[in-house]
Amino acid sequence: MSAVSLPTARRVSYRPLALAAIWLVLLVAPYWMPFVGGYTALGTRILVFGLAAMSLNFLLGFTGVLSFGHAAYFGLGAYGTGLALKFLAPSTPLALILGVLLGAIAGAVLGALIVRRRGVYFAMVTIAFGQVFYFIAFRWHEVTGGDDGLRGFQRQPLHLGLTTIDILSNATAFYYFVLFCFALAVGLMAFLLRSPFGRTLLAIRENERRARFLGIPIELHIWLAFVISCAFIALAGGLDALLNNFANPRELHYSQSGEIVIMAVLGGMRSFWGPLIGAAVFISLEDYLSASAERWSVQIFNWPGHTLDWMFWIGLLFVVVVLLFPRGLLGVLQRGKT
Amino acid sequence: MSVLEVRGVTKSFGSLVAVRDVSIAVERGELRAVIGPNGAGKTTFFNLISGFFPPSVGSIVFDGRDITRLAPHRRVALGMARTFQITEIFPELTVAENVRISTEVAAGYRLRPWLGRAAAARVQGRVESLLSLAGLGGKGDRLVGELAHGDQRAAEIAMALALEPRLLLLDEPTAGMGEQETYEIAQLIRRLHRDTKLTIVLIEHDMRVVFHLADRITVLDQGRLLAEGAPDAIAANEAVQAAYLGKAA
Repeated sequence: MSAVSLPTARRVSYRPLALAAIWLVLLVAPYWMPFVGGYTALGTRILVFGLAAMSLNFLLGFTGVLSFGHAAYFGLGAYGTGLALKFLAPSTPLALILGVLLGAIAGAVLGALIVRRRGVYFAMVTIAFGQVFYFIAFRWHEVTGGDDGLRGFQRQPLHLGLTTIDILSNATAFYYFVLFCFALAVGLMAFLLRSPFGRTLLAIRENERRARFLGIPIELHIWLAFVISCAFIALAGGLDALLNNFANPRELHYSQSGEIVIMAVLGGMRSFWGPLIGAAVFISLEDYLSASAERWSVQIFNWPGHTLDWMFWIGLLFVVVVLLFPRGLLGVLQRGKT
Repeated sequence: MSVLEVRGVTKSFGSLVAVRDVSIAVERGELRAVIGPNGAGKTTFFNLISGFFPPSVGSIVFDGRDITRLAPHRRVALGMARTFQITEIFPELTVAENVRISTEVAAGYRLRPWLGRAAAARVQGRVESLLSLAGLGGKGDRLVGELAHGDQRAAEIAMALALEPRLLLLDEPTAGMGEQETYEIAQLIRRLHRDTKLTIVLIEHDMRVVFHLADRITVLDQGRLLAEGAPDAIAANEAVQAAYLGKAA
């Protein structure tokens, strides 16, 4: 960032190209991932957590409010979807919609209680409420399965009038189903951010006092952004439950919230796509390192018998990125281009 | 008829009384300057009018309506806009976006998830005319945080004007500016006042600006109303001279 006039026009002209590249990479992921040591379910997981991190970033990067309890709404989406499939009806879309509703309603109720808090206090209260849902999922054994998690449901085939798509046994078909949901959600987010309403959120992020004295009722707008963000992250949670045919209480825990925040910040919270990049790096590293952390520990520290957890390496990367590239990984790429 | 009437307003913070029993009435189309030595309570007085906090005692009437306890954004909706001593803008957005947000809020679009083509064109036209009115034509695509101080202040005034106010409150519009910038902002305010007959209340330190612009001057000292009148009368007022010289000595 220099004081010289920013080449805004030039920056914009790269956008369609970058956008096309992102969608192309996502569209053909099941075909290239095996060549770099990946597999389709890993790609699906990246989409799920990419959506989660982008949903969080709707609030963090574009409204300027840090929620540290967003895993709760992710988890509510997961449990809502799982419970709907298990007890209600064997319909994947219906289950997802109910999961999203559960997350959004919980977000609406709790959001109303916390929108007056700011900064650290907002983050603390979101953690506290998040933990409430975690303990409900953890303890209410009869309904949620307690610490064993919720089992006994499966994603159901999609009936599209003439054809039926089997997303249960066909991992690639399921990937494309998740990509479809991802595109819908991300498109809607981008659309909202370009609207007059979206611009009021940017205004709140940039300068709350100025926004207030322009006549924007700050609390109402933050509440709306919170509910929207919760609905999107609940969708991500629902897709995660479908991916695993399982819902895990740990998904509601605040440490999971922290991981989603790390993904967003790692990728770059000031850019729309940054959190997806962050999630891709985070999930890939997790997948790769949890298999080879022991080897790395021995090779680098020569300390046999002591395995450094994969989180150690993520933490190291996170510290480096935050110290050297405050705008995240995507911020580095963008600066390289201009 | 008065646009703004402040009646016997007092504001205390604990044992400190920042504003003590001040009453003023500002007529439609008037340009009123509020002056006073440092610590006279000018900014507190402004914050009371714009709704930062309610007064401890007294009432405030805007356009015949009691607004003493109304929230700031409701006062804005009634037609009261303000700028701040330290420029309050959206630094990482462009000048045009800054003014556009303000324009859209004023048009009642703040909750709209989309705008029709006609509405978007109306907003665009309004933004462009406000930018040229504020002397910022051609700078719309610049990030407002990167502009010179004077241009940032002009952008802030354009944002306030976008709200189509019936009363504009300017808190030290030339604070921290050099000769040239001060002159330009003073000219901008003068032009606005002349062309639109907008009612303006401003706090100002620069006496040349005050005497150049104001129709009437209100002098505060230690939270009290010390004097009020036309510029000539204020310049000749002994109590005012004493307050200023007393501080200077």
